[in-house]
Amino acid sequence: MTATISSIERNLCSVLGAEQIRSASPTDAVSGVQPQIVLEPTTERQLADSLRLANEDGFTVIPRGGATKLAWGNPPARADLVLSTARLNRVLEHAHSDLTVIVEAGCTIQTLQETLAQRGQRLAVDPLWPEKATVGGVLSTNDSGALRLRFGALRDLIIGVTIALPDGTLASSGGKVVKNVAGYDLPKLVTGALGTLGIITRAVFRLHPLPHNSHSFSIMTPNLAATRELIFAIQNSKLAHTALQSHFTDEAMPTSDILFEGTEAGLDAQAAQLRALCKPAELLEAPPAVWNTRQDLWSSSTPQADPEAASFVIAKVSLLPSDLARVVEFFHRAADSNRVRWKSLIYATGLGCLRLDGPSENLCHAVLALRSSLEKLGGSLVLLHRPAELFSLDAWGTPGDSLSLMKAIKHQLDPASTLNPDRFLGGI
Amino acid sequence: MRSAALRTVPAIWRLVTLICTPALPRTMLTAMSIDSRTLSEFGSIVGERGLISSPEELHTYECDGLTNFRVLPSAVVLPTSAEQVQSIVLVCHREKIPFVARGSGTGLSGGALPVENGVVVSLARMNRILEIDIPNARVVVEPGVLNLDVTGRVQPQEYFYAPDPSSQSVCSIGGNVAENSGGAHCLKYGFTTTHVLGLEVVLPDGSLVHFGGKNLDTPGYDLAGVFVGSEGTLGIATKIILRIVKRPECVRTLLAAFPSTNEAGAAVSGIIAAGMLPAAIEMMDNLAIQAAEAAVHANYPNCGGLLLVELDGPLAEVEALMAHVNEICRSNGAWEFRLAQSDAERALVWKGRKAAFAAMGRISPNYIVQDGVIPRTALPQVMSEISRLSQETGLRVANVFHAGDGNLHPLVLYDRRIPGQEQAAEALSFQILELCIAAGGSITGEHGVGEEKKMMMAKMFAEPDLDTMHRVRCAFDPLQLSNPTKVFPTPRLCGEKPGEYVPHPVESAGLAERY
Repeated sequence: MTATISSIERNLCSVLGAEQIRSASPTDAVSGVQPQIVLEPTTERQLADSLRLANEDGFTVIPRGGATKLAWGNPPARADLVLSTARLNRVLEHAHSDLTVIVEAGCTIQTLQETLAQRGQRLAVDPLWPEKATVGGVLSTNDSGALRLRFGALRDLIIGVTIALPDGTLASSGGKVVKNVAGYDLPKLVTGALGTLGIITRAVFRLHPLPHNSHSFSIMTPNLAATRELIFAIQNSKLAHTALQSHFTDEAMPTSDILFEGTEAGLDAQAAQLRALCKPAELLEAPPAVWNTRQDLWSSSTPQADPEAASFVIAKVSLLPSDLARVVEFFHRAADSNRVRWKSLIYATGLGCLRLDGPSENLCHAVLALRSSLEKLGGSLVLLHRPAELFSLDAWGTPGDSLSLMKAIKHQLDPASTLNPDRFLGGI
Repeated sequence: MRSAALRTVPAIWRLVTLICTPALPRTMLTAMSIDSRTLSEFGSIVGERGLISSPEELHTYECDGLTNFRVLPSAVVLPTSAEQVQSIVLVCHREKIPFVARGSGTGLSGGALPVENGVVVSLARMNRILEIDIPNARVVVEPGVLNLDVTGRVQPQEYFYAPDPSSQSVCSIGGNVAENSGGAHCLKYGFTTTHVLGLEVVLPDGSLVHFGGKNLDTPGYDLAGVFVGSEGTLGIATKIILRIVKRPECVRTLLAAFPSTNEAGAAVSGIIAAGMLPAAIEMMDNLAIQAAEAAVHANYPNCGGLLLVELDGPLAEVEALMAHVNEICRSNGAWEFRLAQSDAERALVWKGRKAAFAAMGRISPNYIVQDGVIPRTALPQVMSEISRLSQETGLRVANVFHAGDGNLHPLVLYDRRIPGQEQAAEALSFQILELCIAAGGSITGEHGVGEEKKMMMAKMFAEPDLDTMHRVRCAFDPLQLSNPTKVFPTPRLCGEKPGEYVPHPVESAGLAERY
């Protein structure tokens, strides 16, 4: 840092109004690291210029949307300025006849979905905390839920992006048509990059029609083997389900939820086929709220039985569907041997969430043991929530052989490590 | 470095080539040679059968599916393993020899066009399907595996590989990865990039790395996402992990005849507005129909606009929606309907569409296939502009579209024997792309930029956009050895600073936003 905070503040006044610059408060801290100033640009150019000024003076920048997932990734090496997209929040163009939308990064998912719903459309994603989470934040964290099975991840829905680079460049790639192979697919590069390559200022998405009707069922299974059989039976059937998820905990029997969307006639036929696949006593109609289970992992209270178990971790796990039973066994064993409680939600895609409750030290051991087991199977375990005592525990896991290439890309776009330093994989 | 003796050989060959391929306008028939020591090094890596350096044989590799650009490579190597690819690239890196990876050579934008003094790395002999994992719906292949063979191998288990470019019986997965190939069914199922989960790649410095994997969301940047569609400029894929898809319960294809493409286009909008996402929506205009009839006798009705709508999924769902599609077509003026229910009937309905490009040969001595994209709603306006341009130039334009996603394939018909007509046809095809850009679209939906359209990139993207892509390229390939002359409009060294931002001409005119 070659300049002082007051000098950068003065410089920033050349691109931002006084009401767009404020001192940071303790609530702005990022995994325990305290920033000094919060900036709220209202245009893409303002955002890019603020970023450029910070970069030129050697200040680090934390891009921020709704701040719902600010604790994801590792703590930043430094957090001088927070660049908020909160005021960059317009839906710029909903071309409903073309099933596309152009939206600014700070728009919340809920506002976006409400706008799209007016024309019977949706962005087919179900991220966490949609009422606060923003387009830019959800993209940067690559947050996906149950709908991913049918509609793919954000990478499959984003068709264009504009990013601000630390040198002040505003660069667009992709476009606003759903089919386009001109140039490199940078929308995919910045999706899931945790804001380490550039700050997303706007995105273009392909949309899907809202379903005519939908119907959810829950299916109880007596044990893990039965769950596995059920999932394979569903996969091998001609069912055209939109989502499929299974809950496993250390206390209750496994349950799976399945979602169908379509015409009334189509749904009736699907329900009949599903009934033929499972025992009648096991099949229940499920409320739509069953699809909020992932979010509930964060809000559910800590088990009271053990007063020491006041802290918890939540991890995103990736496994192959064929390894499901084996991985749930890992959860059991790691929890038992480290005396922690656990519950998990695994989607049919092989992605899922795991919550462990217990004393920090035990949590740390369980996480490391599980990560090692998952990585041996080609999977991963990424921490999304952890107690402050575990901030030093790496969020990402073992990098693969492409880490040096990732660092080269980072170096090309953000040579001074201005953006989110140290928060990403392998110290990026 | 290069011996004078070897340099003379291609000079002789240059003559021979000219005789063999008459009337090639923009040919660059040079084949500077790599020195004999390096050549024998390649030979020791791939074996005698894996090295082609005699001019007669190199001739086969001088172009891909875009035949009006030709460059004779110095050598062609045909490795059989990732280790061999790695060794070849290491030599290229050491000697600073540019290389171009090639699959089946069916690309339509010149992506596999050799570069002067360079090596072509043909992946044709790396054609093994390495693993079929039905429980996880994954297939692992080498790059030379043909697209249709993937489906062929998983068909017994009722799975298929969704991306289906028209050339799917001959094009390779490696080539599909390079071009991010689409096809008629990507409207519902997505493109190659949607179906590539992981890659093993030899980077331009010879290192072997892995992107993504059989598991989803490998921590780190989505390098597989960047690599797919990078047209061979970021390295060579040696192993590809694909996602396969379960066959739907039923498939129904409706053929509907309309008075013109405008009515057909209105029906497409109606289908989308009704909240349906068909597996495919294809459109042909009268000239395309005539050509298809002449070529494959698909028995299409002679109409102004033909629509093929394919729905797939659960039987009850598809039948309910198909009735609705029928209604929408009828209310938009369709006067003939045919519903294909069996595989045989569907094959017949698709036959004319899949043969459409090649069928142009029946009605014109030569033709240019273009590949532009527009927002679907701009179709009537762009169609009338195309027809105006056609009238102005006196050149016929046949139109075949992936109408669901606005991907146009205008076919500009011409006769190479008439002086100036090829240039006029080329100019017209680029004018059509400019219409696409002005309408907010793209210069390519599935064929890639390659050699053919690199100059158009500067019209579609502003300098900072291209510069950012270039920086990503420099991270992968600082020496720019991998397919170096493609995609980007102007050559630029890594580390070179770009100029000031200049607004796009269309942008300044207020005709388009930055996108």
